[in-house]
Amino acid sequence: MPLVEISEIHKRFGTVEVLKDVSLSLDKGEIVAVIGRSGSGKSTMLRCINALERVQAGRIVVDGIDVTAPDADLNRLRQRVGMVFQSYNLFPHLTVERNVMLALRLVRKLGEDAARDIARQMVAKVGLAEKLAAYPDELSGGQQQRVAIARSLAMQPTLMLFDEITSALDPELVGEVLRVLESVAQEGMTMMLVTHEMNFAKNVADRVIFMHEGRIHEDGPARETLLEPRTAELRSFLSAVLH
Amino acid sequence: MIREFSPADVVYMLAAARWTVALALFAMVGGGLIGMLVAVLRIVAFRPANWVARAYINLIQGTPLLGQLFVFFFGLPLLGIQVGAWEAAALSLSIYASAFFAEIWRGSLQSVSPRQWEAGAALGLTYVQRLTHVVLPQAVRIAVPPTVGFLMQLVKDTSLTALIGFIELTRASQIISAATFAPLPVYGTAAAIYFVICFSLSRLSQRLEKRSHAAR
Repeated sequence: MPLVEISEIHKRFGTVEVLKDVSLSLDKGEIVAVIGRSGSGKSTMLRCINALERVQAGRIVVDGIDVTAPDADLNRLRQRVGMVFQSYNLFPHLTVERNVMLALRLVRKLGEDAARDIARQMVAKVGLAEKLAAYPDELSGGQQQRVAIARSLAMQPTLMLFDEITSALDPELVGEVLRVLESVAQEGMTMMLVTHEMNFAKNVADRVIFMHEGRIHEDGPARETLLEPRTAELRSFLSAVLH
Repeated sequence: MIREFSPADVVYMLAAARWTVALALFAMVGGGLIGMLVAVLRIVAFRPANWVARAYINLIQGTPLLGQLFVFFFGLPLLGIQVGAWEAAALSLSIYASAFFAEIWRGSLQSVSPRQWEAGAALGLTYVQRLTHVVLPQAVRIAVPPTVGFLMQLVKDTSLTALIGFIELTRASQIISAATFAPLPVYGTAAAIYFVICFSLSRLSQRLEKRSHAAR
């Protein structure tokens, strides 16, 4: 059984149809890169998976939970689906350690000490052990994003969603975040990432999905799809991003 | 008979200043509680509640405090409800403060980025947890300077209650000034006492801001 099963979803913002009949399934351990022009619906699709956006039609099942059911237990779903955002969204009033501990305490109901142990481990894993007591505004963008990844991973999700997580970073900070992503990938995490980093998609992802005007336009093995695009739209998109 | 402005008068004024502080404190607590309720009514996803809250805020903010004082002091007895100067003053200042607190706090809550709500949601926090652990701590920090600023305003606004005969700092000063014919030293002393109260509040505000770390 696939970990994520998206069937014929439709999503409108007002009169704008952002997702038109999108279907997709994702197996455990798969790493999928979602690419496409801005406005093609890739971020919206990602946000539908953990119900930050609700669909108007269709069905999404994640790890046995029907996300689209009106009475879906969204908080339970979101414990299993981690998400990292383009703008990091760390909690500015909490230290790095407290940022990671918060959901462990409140959602997983761990004690102070157990939560702190996990937080320290996770922060060390993204290479920021010396920044535990720092506040987000004392960190660089790359460091903040690494903390955001640690905060999400600490919840031990079965699926991780990454929404253009390097797009807001200065070019010299992109590398450190991608290296963290690679190490997460090597641990067998199921990942779906919306990205503009074509090399990363080619080298780390198993599969690439190209979205165009609210539809999945191409879907195939990463290298093959990126090196030999089948459609004119993907060819022109790739030539635009690769200059 | 005219007498000198003496240290005993200053003691009398300080004693009256206790009522100024008491009135401001009462309005802070009373207005704070009503203000919280109004702020919530102003933002809940239920239109009629929003309208009622907005009408209340517009009415209170758009009419003079003195008029409101008179309505309670002279108006309630016409309805058969007997009120003294303290009751009328405490009630109208609380209501006056509530409309301003409601708007300050609503603005502070709404100025926390929706992305903070989202980040909390994505981690599996419930709505209440997002509010209490993520959004409120940031909103409070934003709200401290305007809230304390309004409190200072409130301390000075208590002087209007002198007009319905409530003996606080300003009314006491009027009485002493009439007896000593020394308005300048008397009102100068009163101004100094108001200043000390307000300056303490401003220092308190700075301490509170330093203590709560949040994004600028």
